[in-house]
Amino acid sequence: MSGVLLNATDVAVERGERQLLTGVSLTVSAGELWQVTGANGLGKTSLLRGLAGLSRFGVTGDIRLMSPVLYLGHLPANKPLLSPIDNLRWHPSGRRQAALSEIETALAAVGLVGFEDSPLNTLSAGQQRRVALARLWLASEPLWLLDEPFTAVDIDGVQLLEQRLVDHVEEGGAVVFTSHQPNRFGDRVNILKLGEFASG
Amino acid sequence: MAERTNTEIVQPLMVFLRGQLMRHLKSGLRRPGEVANPLLFFVMVVTLFPLGLGPDPERLREMAPGILWVVALLSNLTTSHRLFAGDFEDGSLEQLAIAPQPLALSSLAQTLAHWLLSGVTLSLAAPLFGLMLGLPVAAMPTLMFSLLLGSLCLALVGSVGAALTVGIRRGGLLLSLLVIPLYVPVLIFGVSAVSEAIIDGSPARWLALLGAFAAAGLVLIPLAVSAALRISIDA
Amino acid sequence: MWSIVHKMGSPPWFYRFSGLVIRWLLPIVVLLLVVGAIWGLMFAPADFKQGNSYRIIFIHVPASVVALAGYYVMAFAGAVSLIWKIKMADLAMRAIAPVGAALTFIALVTGAIWGKPTWGTWWVWDARITSMLILLFLYLGVVALFGAYDNKVAAAKACAVLSLVGMVNIPIIYKSVDWWYSLHQPASIKFTGESTIDPSMLYPLLLMIAAFYGLFTTVMLLNMRADLMAQNRRASWLERDLLGED
Repeated sequence: MSGVLLNATDVAVERGERQLLTGVSLTVSAGELWQVTGANGLGKTSLLRGLAGLSRFGVTGDIRLMSPVLYLGHLPANKPLLSPIDNLRWHPSGRRQAALSEIETALAAVGLVGFEDSPLNTLSAGQQRRVALARLWLASEPLWLLDEPFTAVDIDGVQLLEQRLVDHVEEGGAVVFTSHQPNRFGDRVNILKLGEFASG
Repeated sequence: MAERTNTEIVQPLMVFLRGQLMRHLKSGLRRPGEVANPLLFFVMVVTLFPLGLGPDPERLREMAPGILWVVALLSNLTTSHRLFAGDFEDGSLEQLAIAPQPLALSSLAQTLAHWLLSGVTLSLAAPLFGLMLGLPVAAMPTLMFSLLLGSLCLALVGSVGAALTVGIRRGGLLLSLLVIPLYVPVLIFGVSAVSEAIIDGSPARWLALLGAFAAAGLVLIPLAVSAALRISIDA
Repeated sequence: MWSIVHKMGSPPWFYRFSGLVIRWLLPIVVLLLVVGAIWGLMFAPADFKQGNSYRIIFIHVPASVVALAGYYVMAFAGAVSLIWKIKMADLAMRAIAPVGAALTFIALVTGAIWGKPTWGTWWVWDARITSMLILLFLYLGVVALFGAYDNKVAAAKACAVLSLVGMVNIPIIYKSVDWWYSLHQPASIKFTGESTIDPSMLYPLLLMIAAFYGLFTTVMLLNMRADLMAQNRRASWLERDLLGED
């Protein structure tokens, strides 16, 4: 599995009458890990939504997706009254319905053993966040677009998540994630710094 | 070959549709108020009519079809505006929008779940409210059946309004403005069916019209809803 | 053909083109209105049953006809906006909604005024009047939805969806209201039905209908130009146009 998964050329993002970004180009190939950085308000989230195909009014440019996409935004896309198992089984991202055993393995991987059947609103905020992240252990999509995946996760969770991203990339997938935190992947990661485009 | 396409394309879609339906139904049933409140609303508003019009049983019986149908319509209006709100607020709509399955299908699942929880329960309970207004027992099957079909029509029409206003703060009243004119044919078909049943006429043609509206709506309205939801996510 | 569609999307071209259209259309519309009104109000014969009160049809009928047609034009613009993403179609929808609502309102008011001497009451729940009232609601819904969105591009797309749904529904609404009325028709009020209209009344009426279509087009284009100017207030072509022309 190789080749280009995402090709974006000359992407511009505007919000209202304000131009946030212009001339962003990005090519993501299998096996690559990309971090999008830049100060708040520069349009990291808008760019990622544009790449995922969620924004059409504010985002212009040529965006080509050559692969199914997993998009993880700020919102959890989980129902508070349903258990982690139900939430993952009937996840709105569709594609395929995961088997019960897979879901249990994924929940175990994020440290939620014993909470599989508790409604989400009985779990802590951190645990709910882990349910949202458990999708990454079930994903069949090669290209992941993750918006601030490391926020609201404790130190153990951060390590788990880092490992998961590295594993996915090594298995031939690709990850684009936004983060305003310093680089945690060393020279494994490609950095796209938004301020430079916006000024230049 | 055709069989293979069937299992390859249709079956995963049905699995997805069933999954989304289960997700909404289970979520809805865990909050019993969502099922009970529309019924309470219904019985309370029906109570207002004798208080406003006077207790004369003759007059109430004559007005019963109209009253019951208008209240069913209002009840649908009050529940419709939250139809997609939960999925919008928790990000599920974003996921549905980029899912490989058509958004029209997932929005239909949401509308059907809403209909099963509110419309169907309302039509089952309707004879009770009919008795309160002196509706003859012979007209009850028509009342129930017309409400069963009609509430599906109302839920479908309401889903367009809900999809157009889901991103707008305090969109509830706006939804009413958009949807009430579109409700008109459903109201006329439904009331006419029940009125015919009272005078031992033939309600069949009105029920057929409701059925035709529902069938066309099931096919066409999800397309409009999915277009509207994509706009709402983006705005 | 395609090049014209393409040009339609260009604001400077549309601004100039619409200016040209208005310059020719406006005098024609005024002429038609004046001739039609004088002919209809002064020279057309009085109705043998209703006397002179029927003359309000020279406003009532054109307003009703154009109001209904306007909704279809708006829905068509909506379809163009959704399918080909042409900005001018967005502007057209936005321009039509209030004009159509105003025409529907005029049709309702003149209908009520006509009803007083004819039926002895201002308002009758007659099939046509009721349908007109629902048409007004449909228009007002579009106007309200436009106002509710902050993002104007999204607003136009949302209104496009709404007006298309409305367009599909209009024939169903009209038909259902017709049936509803025939079920409940009171014996005291009898409509004249499909009575034939004398050519001496028909010709001024057709003139007025043509005038209202022209008026509708003119006001729509003026509205669109106003929006276009607001959107392009910093564009150099607009400055050149405004300074160069006047």
